[in-house]
Amino acid sequence: MEEALLQIHDLKKYFPVKGKWFQPTTHVKAVDGVSFSIQKGETVGLVGESGCGKSTTGRALLHLIPPTGGEVVYRGKNLSTLSNQERRLLRRELQIVFQDPYASLDPRMKIRDVLLEPLEIHGIGSRQEQLKKVEEILEIVGLGGHYANRYPHEFSGGQRQRIGIARSLILRPSLIVADEPVSALDVSIQSQILNLLQDLQEQFDLTYLFISHDLSVVKHISDRVGVMYLGRLVEFAPKEALYAAPAHPYTQALLSAAPVAKPDSKPQRIILKGDVPNPAHPPSGCAFHTRCPHVMDICKSQRPELTTIDGAGHLAACHLHHS
Amino acid sequence: MQPILQVEDLHISFRGEDGDLHPVSGIDFHVHAGETLGIVGESGCGKSVTSLSIMGLLPKGIGRVSGGSIRFQDKTITGMTQKEMQKIRGNEIAMIFQEPMTSLNPVYTIGEQLGEQIRLHLGLGKREALDKAVSMLQIVGIPRAEQIVKEYPHQLSGGMRQRVMIAMAMSCDPKLLIADEPTTALDVTIQAQILDLMRELKEEKGTSIIFITHDLGVVAEMCDRVVVMYAGQVIEEATVRELFENPKHPYTKGLIASIPSLEQQRRRLYSVRGTVPHPSAMPPGCRFAPRCDYVHEACHVNPPLLNATEGHKCRCWLVEEGGEDRGRSLAANS
Repeated sequence: MEEALLQIHDLKKYFPVKGKWFQPTTHVKAVDGVSFSIQKGETVGLVGESGCGKSTTGRALLHLIPPTGGEVVYRGKNLSTLSNQERRLLRRELQIVFQDPYASLDPRMKIRDVLLEPLEIHGIGSRQEQLKKVEEILEIVGLGGHYANRYPHEFSGGQRQRIGIARSLILRPSLIVADEPVSALDVSIQSQILNLLQDLQEQFDLTYLFISHDLSVVKHISDRVGVMYLGRLVEFAPKEALYAAPAHPYTQALLSAAPVAKPDSKPQRIILKGDVPNPAHPPSGCAFHTRCPHVMDICKSQRPELTTIDGAGHLAACHLHHS
Repeated sequence: MQPILQVEDLHISFRGEDGDLHPVSGIDFHVHAGETLGIVGESGCGKSVTSLSIMGLLPKGIGRVSGGSIRFQDKTITGMTQKEMQKIRGNEIAMIFQEPMTSLNPVYTIGEQLGEQIRLHLGLGKREALDKAVSMLQIVGIPRAEQIVKEYPHQLSGGMRQRVMIAMAMSCDPKLLIADEPTTALDVTIQAQILDLMRELKEEKGTSIIFITHDLGVVAEMCDRVVVMYAGQVIEEATVRELFENPKHPYTKGLIASIPSLEQQRRRLYSVRGTVPHPSAMPPGCRFAPRCDYVHEACHVNPPLLNATEGHKCRCWLVEEGGEDRGRSLAANS
């Protein structure tokens, strides 16, 4: 197989929780040993419920927050061992689009300045060239150059998300981490943005890590999909395999819980009991065993590793598949 | 059959800096006993404001019902005094909101909040109210209910808080429950639990529900009949099956076509171009015309809500009264 564009190996991000008097500091293991790779030109989707660590994974792998452990290798370069300066150079190629198009744009900056900033930071081109690039990129994301003079509040949510995409795209990156880019948008706008992301991928040969809680959106846009639960990947597979034959009981429950826009389809619903456990005190063994309908004795003591279940690209971390 | 709730030509105005805004301009719908009516639409279409007006909860001095009427059973709600409204609100019509954290008071325990409303509406004593609170929490599937009544909202998860809100709303056996995006803030597996609970309670008590949501998947699952709103008007109304199998309005068709499906795979999603008009700058004719693929001359005039077929209403010139859906033949030609 061709060398992956990005390889993530055993990525960890722990957040310290200060203990009370005389009690030691504990850690919330937001991301606890996540490994996968992304091939050039593909879209990898990451799904899971709130608090599963999918956004933290996205940020830690870009080193927007320093990871606690593990390796992220981009085109043969280990991001953790690079100097800050070298890493900053790589930022041109690794970009992020955020969820909330209202919070991610400075209300006091004109759109032109929002888009000029990355070019200035990276010292790309003369002023003339920079302004031309800004106009170009606004056309590309479907807004039109004449919007450059306006402020963020003059735009709707969908338009702001286009600006967020333009900002990450203006440096011509090769990989974009899209962190819930359509979750805050209405359905009719959501489909506009999804189509835009796909067009841009073709036009600029982009690679995406697409993070979302929405299973149908992830299915639509991804080639391969990882499912996370309490800081770990529980399943990782090509999209067709994952949606047609989910192997992990959590993935099965997640898929069956999603409402379908068809009044007559009444799928056999697996309703999980209880809530996601507190990530500061995850259950022993398999973290899902407290809610799993197929729980066995071994699940309570031994943590299952993410291993192949079909000898190919379908990976699952479940004792049901390791016999 | 007499509907339990009848909304006729409802207009709502909000005072704005540059003159009045009209987030709802002339909507009609009704809810039958034991029925779940879905109200769907995107942000700003007026669906939440409509529900607040039914509860008499429009922000004082800013928002008001400026025309039309709301009838609940045999009483006209619009024009009632606050005092009269208080007898209905909570007792006969209850509401649950999207964000359970902001609708619970953080400095009172669950038991105090649930108990207060039970004492107020059912006139029980403190002790009995607390017992009733515990039993309500058990009904909505909260484990350790005796302890939970002593806890504060921040100690509960989002799903549990929404269960508390449902317990609160159902504690007086309302005839009508208005649920405004009750599962939007929740994860899918928790959403499945809450939808299941609402279905159970409805079957048991025969409560009518107005289910307000932007999620067509939830509509398909929960509702009997659906009203689609766009820019402050009802643009389509039909039974849930009819709406999904045979949508008539170009906007409804666009909405349904733009959801990515778990079952089918399409390379590109359909998308409705443009954005929802701002209430201060409504298009003069059909409000959807600037975004519509089938726009033609007649659309300079706003079409009325026509009866397309029995029980299926649509606000579009392409759909003739009792007749053909010309949108389809147009689509076939293009």
